[in-house]
Amino acid sequence: MKKVEKSTILSILFMGLGQFYNKEILKGIFFSLIEIVALIFFVPYFKQGLWGLSTLGETPLHYVNKIAVGDHSIFLLIDGIISVLVFILLIIIYYINIIDARKVSESIRSGEILNNSKKSLRDVWEKHFPKFMLTPAFLLIVFFSVLPIIFTISIAFTNYSSPNHLPPARLVDWVGFKNFKDLLSLKIWNGTFIGVGVWTVVWAIIATASNYFVGLFLALLVNIKGIKIKKFWRSIFILPYAIPGFISLLIMRLAFSGPGPVNNVLVSLGMDKVAWLTDSMLAKIMIIVINIWLGSPYWMALMSGVLTNISKDMYEAAEIDGASKAQQFLKITLPMVLYQTAPLLIMTFAYNFNNFNVIYLLTDGRPVNGSYRYAGSTDILISWIYKLTKNNNQYHMASAITLIIFIFIASISAYGFTKTKSFKEEDMM
Amino acid sequence: MVKIDDNKKTNNINNTKKKISISKVWQKALTYVLLIFLSVIVLAPVIWIIGASLNSGTSLFSSKLIPEEITFKHYVELFTETDYAIWYLNTLKIATINMVISVIITTITAYVFSRFRFKGRKFSMITMLILQMFPSFISMTAIFVLLLRMHLLNTHLGLILVYVGGQIPYNTWLCKGYFDGIPKSLDEAAKIDGATNVETFTKIILPLAKPIITFIALTNFLAPWFDFIFPNLLLKSSNKKTLAVGLFTWVQENQNTYFTRFAAGAILVAVPITILFVFLQKYIVEGLSSGATKG
Repeated sequence: MKKVEKSTILSILFMGLGQFYNKEILKGIFFSLIEIVALIFFVPYFKQGLWGLSTLGETPLHYVNKIAVGDHSIFLLIDGIISVLVFILLIIIYYINIIDARKVSESIRSGEILNNSKKSLRDVWEKHFPKFMLTPAFLLIVFFSVLPIIFTISIAFTNYSSPNHLPPARLVDWVGFKNFKDLLSLKIWNGTFIGVGVWTVVWAIIATASNYFVGLFLALLVNIKGIKIKKFWRSIFILPYAIPGFISLLIMRLAFSGPGPVNNVLVSLGMDKVAWLTDSMLAKIMIIVINIWLGSPYWMALMSGVLTNISKDMYEAAEIDGASKAQQFLKITLPMVLYQTAPLLIMTFAYNFNNFNVIYLLTDGRPVNGSYRYAGSTDILISWIYKLTKNNNQYHMASAITLIIFIFIASISAYGFTKTKSFKEEDMM
Repeated sequence: MVKIDDNKKTNNINNTKKKISISKVWQKALTYVLLIFLSVIVLAPVIWIIGASLNSGTSLFSSKLIPEEITFKHYVELFTETDYAIWYLNTLKIATINMVISVIITTITAYVFSRFRFKGRKFSMITMLILQMFPSFISMTAIFVLLLRMHLLNTHLGLILVYVGGQIPYNTWLCKGYFDGIPKSLDEAAKIDGATNVETFTKIILPLAKPIITFIALTNFLAPWFDFIFPNLLLKSSNKKTLAVGLFTWVQENQNTYFTRFAAGAILVAVPITILFVFLQKYIVEGLSSGATKG
């Protein structure tokens, strides 16, 4: 048998054997240690994990001799997901181990490497630098991005909710697509879902467009020829962007509240008080108006840069050809600005779609809407999810809605990203 | 004949010039009126809250725009009667640690993706591209349960881990884009001179990437000051709270009794952050726009 095949087969039989055969002692110890640890500790853990994943527990919490025993479905679910992730990781390591053994023994045969055993620790470090350096980011991403997303997707297919399926006293079960069916067809859910969903989309479109154009207007205004102390005006207009958003929002909430200063001024002028944030229609309008105050300065700052980068020659040429100011704006300024900021526009839409802070800090989603389930008139999907999670323990529906948002935002962002320069550049990947 | 024609022409031009200058004066006046009007709208809430913090009363209703007598007692109250100082220190601590760890991990990860070619690189990059589309609070239920499972609920460590983990995908992309713009010949030259990977990274790449590092440091430092969702979801006891949560509870529960106190507290947060922001706004705008053009 050839040496290459021998080392390959050995590494398939047991991790690290191929490396020992290739006289790479350090590597061999490393890989075989992983296999030993996996066999001793991980196999029973994995079995338990799979059992937990498939059943989500069989006995709810009860007391035996005053000691609590029983299965906690949600812990079983998360442990199960973790054990599957670890299993996938082990498979990858196993694969690397086989490929490594094969490659090394091939290069030994062709005479590239003569003295394996004399590799210093420093060489190993330099050679595998990328792997060592990526480990922290990799672990953090797996645990705090990937795992939560998988977990959320899983919950969407269970009945994890109060009052009847809340661990540890009760068990949770898999229910398939029931939540999605309920959300779309059951009256108590679909009325809220459609109402809140439509407002979310309307809000995201108007909020993005209004900020964009008011920002453009401000940038043009400050850039008008002959305006003195441009820097002064620009600094004033940038202020709302610099002040922490949550503070501005809370100030606005107070300013437009029932006994707030805006109503005080109205009363002193002999007018009636206005229910700025407590009338469902007016509250929606106010949220958009306040959001313009908050968000347009960012676009102004961005577009000032874009505007100064547009070559003056173009305007001069247009003037010679007799183009009016309006034509210059429509044919030169607007296309140039749109071209440079379009990808950001899509990202901002996605951001506004989930703009929890503006809604929650201004109105809490209020005023109360009797026909909605656990949501108020101004709630958007993300703030509804928050209420379902934090106040009402309706995790199953919260996750189902999250999954729908996932798909929606992902398709929009994916479309947006194919439009960016970097996607078209060859060396991106 | 020719002379008369010329005269007429110049006359015409003079007339139109006068018309233009008159309408220009109007335009200018209008522009300035507009600028002043907009400035008033922008500044009104700011002036109102500053005035409120100096009022002697406590309630929203009784506070006057221009206080009758100026008092700083609400600022003193913040530190003598409330947990405000603790919240401030909590936020400062979380923000600083988050900034340091995030910058280290993000720049190293971006360096590896920008300069090394290895198996799974493309796959990892695409995975991060997909992950950065979702703000981490979208899976807040899961993060809540995960931290509960890891016994990290109601701890700052848990919150910091969530922040650090959540920012990696987007900022790595941003940072990698910047690193790609630094000529590879520079680090190849250093390698030939015998520099290790770590030396190349710290002595060649990092000094050239100051703008993007400033941006990432700043956004990560500011995030905990602005974030409301995670601290509210993950931290329970009052002495663990951050400023955003603490101030919100004052507004939500006791807006009439704590209003002026809220105003004072809000100003003490807003002033340093705003100053920091104004000084570094060049980097912020640059960083944000490079997210669109460089990816």
